[in-house]
Amino acid sequence: MNILVCISNVPDTTSKINFNDDNKGLNTAGLQFIINPYDEIALTRALELTEKAGGTVTVINVGDASTEPTIRKALAIGATDAVRINAAPRDAFFVASQIAHFAKGKNYDLILCGRESIDYNGAQVTAMIAELLDLPAITIVKMLEINGNTATLEREIEGGKEIVDCPLPLVAGASEGMAEPRIPNMRGIMSARTKPLVAVEPIAIDQLTEIVGYDKPKPRSTVNLISSDDVDKLVQLLHTEAKVI
Amino acid sequence: MLLNYKGLAQKIGVFLYKTSNNSTEKIYLLYPNFSKYKTLLLRHKKNKEMATDRFQGVDYFQIDELLTEEHILVRNSVRDWVKREVSPIIEDYAQRAEFPKQIIKGLADIGAFGPYIPAEYGGGGMDQISYGLIMQEIERGDSGVRSTASVQSSLVMYPIYTYGSEEQRKKYLPGLAKGDLMGCFGLTEPDHGSNPSGMLSNIKDAGSHYILNGSKMWISNAPFADIAVVWAKDEAGDIRGMVIERGMEGFTTPETHGKWSLRASATGELVFDNVKVPKENIFPNVKGLKGPLGCLNSARYGIAWGAIGAAMDCYDSALRYSKERVQFGKPIGGFQLTQKKLAEMVTEITKAQLLAWRLGVLKNENRASAQQISMAKRNNVNMALQIAREARQIHGGMGITGEYPIMRHMMNLESVITYEGTHDIHLLITGMDVTGINAFN
Ligand SMILES: Cc1cc2nc3c(=O)[nH]c(=O)nc-3n(C[C@H](O)[C@H](O)[C@H](O)COP(=O)(O)OP(=O)(O)OC[C@H]3O[C@@H](n4cnc5c(N)ncnc54)[C@H](O)[C@@H]3O)c2cc1C
Repeated sequence: MNILVCISNVPDTTSKINFNDDNKGLNTAGLQFIINPYDEIALTRALELTEKAGGTVTVINVGDASTEPTIRKALAIGATDAVRINAAPRDAFFVASQIAHFAKGKNYDLILCGRESIDYNGAQVTAMIAELLDLPAITIVKMLEINGNTATLEREIEGGKEIVDCPLPLVAGASEGMAEPRIPNMRGIMSARTKPLVAVEPIAIDQLTEIVGYDKPKPRSTVNLISSDDVDKLVQLLHTEAKVI
Repeated sequence: MLLNYKGLAQKIGVFLYKTSNNSTEKIYLLYPNFSKYKTLLLRHKKNKEMATDRFQGVDYFQIDELLTEEHILVRNSVRDWVKREVSPIIEDYAQRAEFPKQIIKGLADIGAFGPYIPAEYGGGGMDQISYGLIMQEIERGDSGVRSTASVQSSLVMYPIYTYGSEEQRKKYLPGLAKGDLMGCFGLTEPDHGSNPSGMLSNIKDAGSHYILNGSKMWISNAPFADIAVVWAKDEAGDIRGMVIERGMEGFTTPETHGKWSLRASATGELVFDNVKVPKENIFPNVKGLKGPLGCLNSARYGIAWGAIGAAMDCYDSALRYSKERVQFGKPIGGFQLTQKKLAEMVTEITKAQLLAWRLGVLKNENRASAQQISMAKRNNVNMALQIAREARQIHGGMGITGEYPIMRHMMNLESVITYEGTHDIHLLITGMDVTGINAFN
């Protein structure tokens, strides 16, 4: 079984986000980048599946050379080889088009993404790749088993779960539960040195979105503690300050 | 975990159950339209988890730029492993003065045993800076766990690799790297600590084998080790190294109890009562004190890095606490006296990082002298101990509890500043090096 895992390079969850370029760009100075955590889950599951059934796991990333440490980590975790589409990712359609173009005709049994990336949380790439390749898309997948030529997937839905059987090939978006992400060990890091990581030039894609500007959310307001025997003050503040009564 | 949520669940009228998936607890809520409460519960759970280890590394001088991409991956991977496997359990084991034996497998899997031993013998084949960073991150978790890894790598695998015969290398190294075999290192004796050349342990040639007599004290990992690298004098008075295996008749390893330091590491004695040692167990390629000292150079180098880990953990905790703890109407981090402590801590950590990094470069080029290693071990361990003491003050009363790692680090570092050459002995090494005059005896 040959699996393609799409990984994106996202700021670490503890990063303090700042903007530049007239609030139209992300200021990457001082930011730590990591593999998108959902993609890491997808990668781990892909490794588990190929360890059992044999096959290869290729990771693909759309990004400039600065994303190579992230790709190298995916190789250290255990991917067989890696491809970097040499372009800064502009939007979901751009990324999905590049990946679909690369995957076309390569007969992957499975293309795995994360359910969403934790930077823009667009959750569109999975479905777009599937559409561009005319494959089924199954999103927010918490469990994935392969039996012969059929995949059984468990999806998270509001208030319950949905079990889907689907013939391969397909595109799926991994969510928590599908696998427990692995930490690379020293052996993996050393073997990643010699694994192939090829850069491929992008295809031309129309720019469908335009960033008008970024804004930060308002800082959280401080808590105003009112003594429990001062009900009058509470009522007054709810009326004049919070304006809810 | 379930109990914590039960009250809340009853209040908001939802039903919840718990499953266990690869030891991670998952809470599922079954209720239509519960998203609001689910988010609330998950956030609560997340905060609780994060409270256990929110460590962030210290890099005030962009020292990461001196490291390779691979070094950073090594460091971050071991850091993640420590957060996952060491931090959640270590306080409990230290309180109970028990070695968490189950982490041996994890240490082996992550690659902490023999990182710089060539891959053909099961080692990692990595460079010295990677080894240093691994030690730093493990000691960030606990000096006792780092001691186990140091002993296995530098005091057991290193001498077998460096002084051992090809048969000895093949026999022991792959098992040691996998953690299937654990080793210890016996140099110190009850009456010979700083002065190991006066050791009394001895071997006598008995034709087909040697007979070993004597005892070793303060030996890390001794109580559970499968093999011991032991140093003893032959009949000519030369120090020889050898591998002693558990099960050899007359060899026992009583445990040392009542330690207030390195409580999560097992320490013991090695007692040799007419132990028959096969001749092929003696290291063929070294004689004299330079044998054990070569091992110590490698271990001390790792300690120079390890101490930075303990110091960073204390600083990280103190910095966070000083921003959160409010007294006299403002965070204690806003008082000049607290800022002096924090500013000096980050300064000292930065200096220690540069010292360790430069030593690593020299070591990679095979140019690090024993005297340079002494200076780095002495400086960095003392730096960590001073920071632990200051960090403890910043935490006030909380600093003496197991809620924070500070007191554990501080107590651990009292061993680290003593073993592998005491603070004063390393000073005398530098003193002798710069003056050319021996002040030891
Ligand atoms: C938890 C722990 C684990 C250990 N693990 C191991 C191990 O795995 N293997 C092993 O072989 N050893 C191990 N050791 C032993 C350690 O290396 C010794 O404790 C250390 O070398 C000091 O020896 P000592 O305790 O006999 O102190 P001593 O040598 O008696 O020193 C006592 C004091 O006298 C000072 N002193 C001694 N000589 C001089 C001098 N010439 N001039 C000035 N001051 C001097 C010392 O600096 C020290 O302050 C361990 C120790 C501890 C505490």
